[in-house]
Amino acid sequence: MQQTMAHHDHDHGHEDHESLKVLGFWIFLVTDCILFGTLFATYAVLMHSYAGGPTGKEMFQLPGVIASTFILLTSSFTSGLAMLAMHKGKVKQVIGWLAITAVLGLAFVVLEVTEFSHLVAEGAAIYTSAYWSAFYVLVGTHGLHVTLGLFWMAALMIQLGKHGITAVTKRKITNLGLYWHFLDVVWIFLFTVVYLMGVM
Amino acid sequence: MGARKWLGRVQFWIMAVLASVLLSGCGSEYMVLNPKGPVAETQYNLIIISVILVSIVILPVLAITFYIVWRYRDKPGNKAPYQPEWAHNTTLEVIWWGIPVVIIAILGYFTVRDTYALVEPPNKEVKPITVQVTSLDWKWMFTYPEQNIATVNYVHIPVGVPVQFELTAEAPMNSFWVPQLAGQIYTMPGMAMGLWLQADEPGEYFGTGANFTGKGFAHMQFKVIAEPQEEFDKWVQQVKNTAPGMTRQDYENLVKPGLSDRLTYSSFPPGLFEEIVKKYGHAHGNHPGGMNHYKNNLKNNDDQHDEGHQGGGQQDAGQHGSHGGNDAQASHQHDMSGTNH
Amino acid sequence: MWEDIKSFASTFFVTGDPLIYGADVAIVLTTLAIVFVLTKYKKWGWLWREWLTTVDHKKIGIMYLICSLLMLFRGGVDALLMRLQLALPNVEFLHSEHYNAIFTTHGTIMILFMAMPMMFALFNIVVPLQIGARDVAYPFLNALSFWLFFFGAMLFNLSFVIGGSAESGWLAYPPLSEKMFSPGVGQDFYIWGIQISGIGSLATGINFLVTILKMRAPGMSLMKMPLFSWSVLSSCITIIYAFPILTVTLALLFIDRYLGAHIFTMDGGGNPMMYVNLIWMWGHPEVYIVVLPAFGIFSEIVATFSKKQIFGYKSMVFAMIIISVLSFFTWAHHFFTMGAGADVNSFFAISTMAIAIPTGVKVFNWLFTMFRGRIQLKQPMLWTIAFIPCFVIGGATGVMLAVAPADYQYHNSYFLIAHFHQVLIGGVVFGYLAGIYYWWPKMFGFKLDERLGKWGFWLWNIGFYVCFMPQYALGFMGMTRRLYTYGWDLGWAPLNLVSTVGAFMMGLGFVFQVWQIAYSIKHGERDTTGDPWNGRTLEWSIPSPAPVYNFAVIPQVKEADDWWATKQARANGTANEAPAKLEPIHMPKNSGIPFIMSFFWFIAGFGFVWGWTWWIVIGLAGVGISMLVRSFQYDTDYYIPVDEVRRTEASLGRAV
Repeated sequence: MQQTMAHHDHDHGHEDHESLKVLGFWIFLVTDCILFGTLFATYAVLMHSYAGGPTGKEMFQLPGVIASTFILLTSSFTSGLAMLAMHKGKVKQVIGWLAITAVLGLAFVVLEVTEFSHLVAEGAAIYTSAYWSAFYVLVGTHGLHVTLGLFWMAALMIQLGKHGITAVTKRKITNLGLYWHFLDVVWIFLFTVVYLMGVM
Repeated sequence: MGARKWLGRVQFWIMAVLASVLLSGCGSEYMVLNPKGPVAETQYNLIIISVILVSIVILPVLAITFYIVWRYRDKPGNKAPYQPEWAHNTTLEVIWWGIPVVIIAILGYFTVRDTYALVEPPNKEVKPITVQVTSLDWKWMFTYPEQNIATVNYVHIPVGVPVQFELTAEAPMNSFWVPQLAGQIYTMPGMAMGLWLQADEPGEYFGTGANFTGKGFAHMQFKVIAEPQEEFDKWVQQVKNTAPGMTRQDYENLVKPGLSDRLTYSSFPPGLFEEIVKKYGHAHGNHPGGMNHYKNNLKNNDDQHDEGHQGGGQQDAGQHGSHGGNDAQASHQHDMSGTNH
Repeated sequence: MWEDIKSFASTFFVTGDPLIYGADVAIVLTTLAIVFVLTKYKKWGWLWREWLTTVDHKKIGIMYLICSLLMLFRGGVDALLMRLQLALPNVEFLHSEHYNAIFTTHGTIMILFMAMPMMFALFNIVVPLQIGARDVAYPFLNALSFWLFFFGAMLFNLSFVIGGSAESGWLAYPPLSEKMFSPGVGQDFYIWGIQISGIGSLATGINFLVTILKMRAPGMSLMKMPLFSWSVLSSCITIIYAFPILTVTLALLFIDRYLGAHIFTMDGGGNPMMYVNLIWMWGHPEVYIVVLPAFGIFSEIVATFSKKQIFGYKSMVFAMIIISVLSFFTWAHHFFTMGAGADVNSFFAISTMAIAIPTGVKVFNWLFTMFRGRIQLKQPMLWTIAFIPCFVIGGATGVMLAVAPADYQYHNSYFLIAHFHQVLIGGVVFGYLAGIYYWWPKMFGFKLDERLGKWGFWLWNIGFYVCFMPQYALGFMGMTRRLYTYGWDLGWAPLNLVSTVGAFMMGLGFVFQVWQIAYSIKHGERDTTGDPWNGRTLEWSIPSPAPVYNFAVIPQVKEADDWWATKQARANGTANEAPAKLEPIHMPKNSGIPFIMSFFWFIAGFGFVWGWTWWIVIGLAGVGISMLVRSFQYDTDYYIPVDEVRRTEASLGRAV
């Protein structure tokens, strides 16, 4: 970001347009950060509002969550490998790494959906208490982000196949990579605040 | 010329309104400017101080505005200097960064002083009485824990005695306001708020809900009747002798949305107020200020303290960064309610 | 079957009020008239090609402007209805629920569907021209922002005739706005209307921030940038930090209502106070989001019409930045009476008062720009000069409100109402009107008639004081806001009557302005030079209205007030202008996707409001598909050849 900010030339060519879009995406991530920050604040305020219902400590099953944490962390790594391949100009490798990232992302989402349905079945649904409302909203918003990311990833893999590595696809992959790492960071906070502190 | 006409009119209206407020300020309709108790008095004094302080800035500014617009208007033959490149003067700019800083510092001092002062009872010599207030859709219920009587849409208080109002709601939040005696405090479900108030003169004072609660909100006005202690005692006795008691069913009926006449009850279900607070307050431990206050008050009457809620309260006080001063506030209010833990 | 339809229709359509039936008829007739005219003159294609699919910031700005003026009309009518109801005690013109719906609508529309789009209109029309750019950073996103705003506003306004409007105030405090107390769909219309347009606002914030940071003409360093662009920059930064909070807050409220969650509910452990904190963490910065650009407008106008450089440019920039930062640390002053305790209240009281300092500095700098200048009392300047005393008094009452213990007496009273109308009308509305008068010739190529404009101006101004000064006094008399009626006993009648008279004067002022626009379209003074006011900044260096590519040649900036310096140099014969070399101009292609995608948002929003799953599915799928289609488009721009640029410039009377 520093670099793009300092880089101030006025040749309104393609390259410049693309770097403009990366800057815009960074700013979008700032807004997304505030979005999650607000959700975290809400969660913190309602952290003990069980209203007589089940607590997180009673309900959470850490092994599954730890597994999905590792899956997401790995997917962040593989998306990084996709970026490296992109800089080397190897389209097939990029698509390959993205595919692996997508599969891992999908696994994460599936695990989350499984966890949610298990919780609901055990009597901790979104309407059970303020605590669970805040829990589902926070964790669910992250899950929704990951899901949308999967669609995006699929679209970009097709575009890469069609157009190869160009200034435009490069920018798109860069933004996707930023997005994916961002979701990873959010998850680390989420895992710590919701699950680890929840069972402690 | 348009500008002069305009100057005249604006000035006229400002003066007319200022005059009408100030001259009739002593008129009884201007309740806020006619305080009848120490709390409202403190607030009135602050209003006057703030008016004076802001006037020090705005009156010259208004005058300068009119002068400059008149003097430098673009008119053939205007001999006033014209310096199109003059765009910076450090001295001047330091002056007008400085003046508001000083004014705000002075006003800030008074503000902080009185903000803290109003948390204290207005009069420490006299033993206060407690009145509990519950805002309902769309009526005000008052319960007297010490006298064990209850009223709806009116309240009697003794003159010269500090009154500790404890307030909550079993309806969307409202705001309790008796302009001549004290400023507002919100009534909120699940929380017990505190408000000190004292009347120095006997009389009937206008009270109103100030925060919108829906359909019947406009009708949520009530009377505060301040009378000498003997008359107050007499009134309490009379209520006890003549009025019916409030049953749980009576209360349930009051909770139903609707308007109500003035009602009087010679008793009410024991612990009703605390029950209302707890009903929605279970999870509200995380609230600063008012909540801490509630905890301390509740301990007086209620041994079975909810532990989960207490824990929540303390944890969140720290997390809620915006309300940085919660702990201090808790101990503050704690002292105020005079309990020992 | 017939019974089913009847019962559906009676819940779907708002019934039982002659005002609403009148509105129904008006809406149907207007729609028919528009369809008829478009069909008769075969203008559907023109509408689609020139407007609905445009990505040109100037046209988008004009569309924002038209919508915001319509919304000003609607919000204004709401205001007049309220003032009629309150003109005298015990008036039975509106019943309680209708009155509640009207004040809720009035507030929401005026802030979110009037002030915001009017502000975006000026962003769009002015910023690229002022910084010497050919468009905004993301023209497609810009069009999307507009259409999201448009369909959000449509959704919100629809609740007037379909389903019923929200009745819980413009900020919808829970638990009143929860399903338990507001079971109707009005609240959901409110949430989705704001939510959809809010996404657009956020995108606009990002768009203009990047535009200003990255697309300025060469040589225009930040400290040579015109103050309006600076004000847009600080406003956009504030949008970026504030709007996500609004999005989350309303989403949480909707989840409470739709899925039965307990985030802000009274029961189940919910925390209504959390909502009040969150909504004001957005709501307070929002006030500065709309007022900062007004400050920028005044700075431009005061310099132009005093024929003098702005005084204390650096102070002005610094002050705006301080204001936008401080605006995030004052939210709790909206609920000093919530018992947050003396420490919290003291902090927020002081931080609120502190905002008065940079604001005061700006006023002094405007005054000293006029000092030793030559003040021309043209319409934009009239509004600017009227703003100063109005805003100064409003600011003073703002400082009074910041005194926390005194606020216990002002809170939610008419004193507060008078205060915020004074800063929002005196500051924001006067500012935007001044801006509209100032840049109107740049938008349309003609000036607005001075004589009719002055009628409008005086009616607005006198009406304003007549309307709102009595309300300060009513606050001292114990009158609280949102009362649909009051009795004779409290002595509130005379001042309320005066206030109503003032409101109608402002309404009449608006009528004069509409007349002024209609009159000026035919008779207004044409602007053939592109520089009708002897302006100082780049937008006045190009023809009015600007050609599609704005600048045939991107200017090289050397000074603050560069256009003024250029004119001075030309007059002195010291201009050293190299002959311009034309190059093909790179431009974005029009696209129908923003319109279509926003329409699908509308469908989804409508589905959420009524709980119609199929509408939600179709709507969201439509949104997703629109995004994918866009993602797969690689051919999104084109070049205007040099010949065409030359022809266009020549036809505008410019030799290149």
